[in-house]
Amino acid sequence: MTALIEARGLHKSFGAVVAARDVSVMARRGERVGLIGNNGAGKTTFVNMVTGYVKPDRGSILLDGIDITGLPPRVVSRHGVSRSFQMPQLFQSMTPEENMLMALGIARSERLSSWRDARTPDLMAELHDLLARFRLGEYRDRSIAALPGGVRKLVDIAMAVTRRPKLLLLDEPTSGVAAEEKFPLMDVIMSALAGGEVAVLFVEHDMEIVARYAERVLAFYDGRVIADDIPTTVLGNEEVQRYVTGIVQ
Amino acid sequence: MRRFGPLAVALASFALIAALGGTAPNWVVFLTTMAFAKGIVALGLVLLMRGGLVSFGQGLFYCAGAYAAGLAMRWADASDALLLVALGGAVALLLGLAIAPLLAGYRSIFFATLTLALSMIAYGILNKTYSLGGSDGINLRAPSFLFYRAATPDAFGYALFVFTGLVTVAAAVLCRLHFDSMRGLLSLAARDNEIRVEYLGASVRRVSLGNFVAAAGLGGMGGALAALALGHIDPDFAFWTSSGEFVFLAILAGHQSVVAVFLASILLELVRSFSSQYFPNSWQMALGIFLLLVILFLPEGLGSLLRRRNPPPEAASLPVESLK
Repeated sequence: MTALIEARGLHKSFGAVVAARDVSVMARRGERVGLIGNNGAGKTTFVNMVTGYVKPDRGSILLDGIDITGLPPRVVSRHGVSRSFQMPQLFQSMTPEENMLMALGIARSERLSSWRDARTPDLMAELHDLLARFRLGEYRDRSIAALPGGVRKLVDIAMAVTRRPKLLLLDEPTSGVAAEEKFPLMDVIMSALAGGEVAVLFVEHDMEIVARYAERVLAFYDGRVIADDIPTTVLGNEEVQRYVTGIVQ
Repeated sequence: MRRFGPLAVALASFALIAALGGTAPNWVVFLTTMAFAKGIVALGLVLLMRGGLVSFGQGLFYCAGAYAAGLAMRWADASDALLLVALGGAVALLLGLAIAPLLAGYRSIFFATLTLALSMIAYGILNKTYSLGGSDGINLRAPSFLFYRAATPDAFGYALFVFTGLVTVAAAVLCRLHFDSMRGLLSLAARDNEIRVEYLGASVRRVSLGNFVAAAGLGGMGGALAALALGHIDPDFAFWTSSGEFVFLAILAGHQSVVAVFLASILLELVRSFSSQYFPNSWQMALGIFLLLVILFLPEGLGSLLRRRNPPPEAASLPVESLK
């Protein structure tokens, strides 16, 4: 199967700190890839480079054969790359429903209307479907500030998928969520994404989550990818155990 | 039925305004005309504020619209109110288009200060340009209204009131439609979280520029209407106190309701009018106390009284059962 995303030789430094050293990553359509590594290992820098928030010093990023290196987030998003955030980036003055409506409206229009009511029947039908897929129906009218952390994560991710991306990057989808809520949350996310061809790269610190939901794992350390294989192999790798998981046999 | 809603509201509002104006004393008609004219300018500022930007220099466009109308009357003998107001709006809109790229990269206090600086430059230039009347300004004669020319000052006052009401209703309905549209909601989104808007694939810069130019056009129309009502224009239209008044109006109204902008404008005119009558030497203090009370008790403006309330928060944690 051909690669959907192919990052080659990405290098990024912030002053004296090198955040990415010759990082090369490939993912196929529909693949679920876990990105693991300690804080500062380069996972988020990689996500930021792919989504256009940070421009790499060297290297290239191809999406479906199209070079998206250094393009701004707005343009990268239009090419089919979406992301969620470690700290959910929501519109605080709006309800979850309005947040998702906003995301749907931008995703479905080349040119946004200045006069037509935002709540068109087509968009509302799609919104109801999205609310159901992410089990957000009961929260639709709440204030964002009053939402539990896990629900905010779901709204954040639901907004990211409105553009029907080819590649979805989830930055720590279970961080800040209570231990007993992590698996149900990931189940909702994965079932909502099931059936499509979207490739999902998710940054995660919880190895149980990685072992259960990833088909392949990339381990980052000191700005480099030190392992790239199926979860059991990567999590059993001595270097990964020493530098990433901290479980030394 | 829904698509005719705004038109029906517009027609009903206009009929009500025209009827009330016909029975009101002259001072109320004039005060309301000025309130509507300034309300249109403040509506533009509200449009801008919904996108997270506050202009302290809206007086620039107010002044540009007024001078465009006045000079068209003086130099080209144009006398139709509709033409003069359209010209005022168009000139201010073009000025906004010319300035917008300069301001596009600025936010918060930097944006506000730059707009203030531009309006004060215009004030200084007009003060020293004697061909435009210098600091004395220029007088305007009473305009006609399509085929109607008022025979008496009272008739002119009422005709201008009705015309201003028509422009006000049109501006209000168009702004309400815009606020409820996807592009209108995008302004609120950009104010909340610019990064997320960009990640969703929309341009914050384009939203801000669009709002700025539209606000400039509204400012120009309001300026032209005020000039026709006063029969005189001078550089004070661009002075910082004019801009400050529009900011005050926008704060008093809040960003949720279009109607609130005009209610706020009428309220402010009333407070100013009565306080200057009863406290001629300290009316500014009365105005200041009024502003203080608004900020303390209505921090989101009059419009917040009309806002749809969100249900109170209930869930304190993620209900795991609902996700299974």
